[in-house]
Amino acid sequence: MTIHPTILSVPAPEGLQPRCAEARTRVVSNTPVNGEYHLLTLDAPAEVLACQPGQFFQLLCPEPEGEHPYLRRPMSIYGYDAEAGQLQFLYKVTGAGTRGLATLKSGDGLNVLGPLGQGFTMPAERKNLLLLARGVGLATLAPLARMAQQQGRRLTAICSARRPELAMSVDLFLSYGAEVIVVHDGDGSATPEALRSVIEAQIAQGRVDAFYTCGSARLLRLLQELGAKHNIPGEVAMEQQMACGLGMCQACVRSFREGDQVVHRRVCREGPVFPISEAIA
Amino acid sequence: MKDLQNTPPCDMGVQIGGLRLANPIMPASGTFSEDLSDVFDLDILGAHVLKTIMRDARAGNPTPRVCDLQGGMLNAIGIPSKGIGYFRDTMLPYWAGYSAPLIVSISAHTMDEFAQLCEEVTLPGVAAIEANISCPNIEADGRAFAMRPDTTEQVMTRLRAATDLPLWAKLTPNTGEPVEVALAAEAAGADALVVANTALGMSIDVRTRQPRLGNIMGGMSGPAIKPIALRMTYQIARACSVPVIGCGGIATRDDALEFMIAGARAVQVGTATFQSPTVMARLVAELSDWAAAEGLTSIEQIIGTVTAPTGGHS
Repeated sequence: MTIHPTILSVPAPEGLQPRCAEARTRVVSNTPVNGEYHLLTLDAPAEVLACQPGQFFQLLCPEPEGEHPYLRRPMSIYGYDAEAGQLQFLYKVTGAGTRGLATLKSGDGLNVLGPLGQGFTMPAERKNLLLLARGVGLATLAPLARMAQQQGRRLTAICSARRPELAMSVDLFLSYGAEVIVVHDGDGSATPEALRSVIEAQIAQGRVDAFYTCGSARLLRLLQELGAKHNIPGEVAMEQQMACGLGMCQACVRSFREGDQVVHRRVCREGPVFPISEAIA
Repeated sequence: MKDLQNTPPCDMGVQIGGLRLANPIMPASGTFSEDLSDVFDLDILGAHVLKTIMRDARAGNPTPRVCDLQGGMLNAIGIPSKGIGYFRDTMLPYWAGYSAPLIVSISAHTMDEFAQLCEEVTLPGVAAIEANISCPNIEADGRAFAMRPDTTEQVMTRLRAATDLPLWAKLTPNTGEPVEVALAAEAAGADALVVANTALGMSIDVRTRQPRLGNIMGGMSGPAIKPIALRMTYQIARACSVPVIGCGGIATRDDALEFMIAGARAVQVGTATFQSPTVMARLVAELSDWAAAEGLTSIEQIIGTVTAPTGGHS
């Protein structure tokens, strides 16, 4: 196994306050979760820990056996704790980059760039939040749930998965005081039709001032439809293949509605969080 | 290694025609924007080279626009551009806030459009124009003006007539006649040659059997293409008298030195910034430390100092 050489960060010139930094972190632990996912915990310097829920990092993944990923891999933040000096990512092994991440052991170094992008917003009037995501998409919503609890907002988290035991972060959302509803493919409760009834019931009980979601085009379309019908705002964290993560290369554009126009926005810079009403699934 | 404390600093400035750069490190077009100011002070660079602009607003290519490879990447971004008005009214005032010389990269589909744009970007605050006559994504099958000496000379002649600013030509590694193309650009009045742009390539996802780029083909960049760009830099610097600016896979201090020893007066750093956004800041510092430790008084002393192989019979 080859690890990319250490890259030292350049000190910020005096007077310049960098929004993000390239930093060397150290692996505290990297453990399997639920059979499908891994939880990576890093010791990270303060310069990269002023994060907002919904932001992401670009990880310089080590090279797994026989593979040579060149570009960094974007990864949404699962947890950050400036006091403890720790940063967490929850990932599923899907390609060369995440295969490389899975080789990391306690004590190994990892070069990270971040925090990047625009995070979720929570205007004061949004007192009752509905979080909906499937699979590893729930990881992106975890820091938002934590912040919502700290601010005394009421949370409902709908966790979707193939099987109930694969539903991610249920205990974490419970610990943040959320009412958790698990839906899965086995009993048909995760279909858009079934979810529509569940969410409509939540709306009828006055439990939804805003939607927050991540990842799934099907779920995004459902929330766009329900948001338009009930006049409920919402935000979605989106994904796209990236190169630089800073906005320079313009690789990660997606289309968005802006009035009666369709415009391109960079997921890394203008996003990854966008208004649900403007996103195009 | 000499004691750096007691070594006088080396003059890192380089001359590119009439333009003096504070050091030889600058970004490659398309890999640089104001967004990088989040990471370091952009004024430490020798110059600022902007992403190619075209006259009219363009959306760019379908996604995926990039794919990852061993030692580099492929891209087919497709030059999304907000057009000349946005450049003049928004970008130019922003970059005027920096002291590093501003190099504006331009491109077009036709010679008329190219010449018109060249005239339109000849504005106060622009230090030089880099004519992207080599972007392989623009025309069908990756053809570009810089593929042939005759089309290179024709377009560069038109651009030369359209501006009094220093005019750089960015050449392509996709031609079989790099020296002839370089000589044609020089004959038409280019003040410097940027060697080179990306190499046309392709990648297929075996599982889906689909190309890994939305545009099917794209430009290969990164450390994997460095030997090709270095070879062209050597060939062209020997054949031409105008300054050559090396570009292709530069990621380390020694990469930059190789290009300068081969004959480049300055270098552009591109894809390496995507892997490490602080790389250019490191190269500026490391090159300066190296030159001082070597006892150079000017970094220009290393330009074109490549020697003959010692060789021997086997």
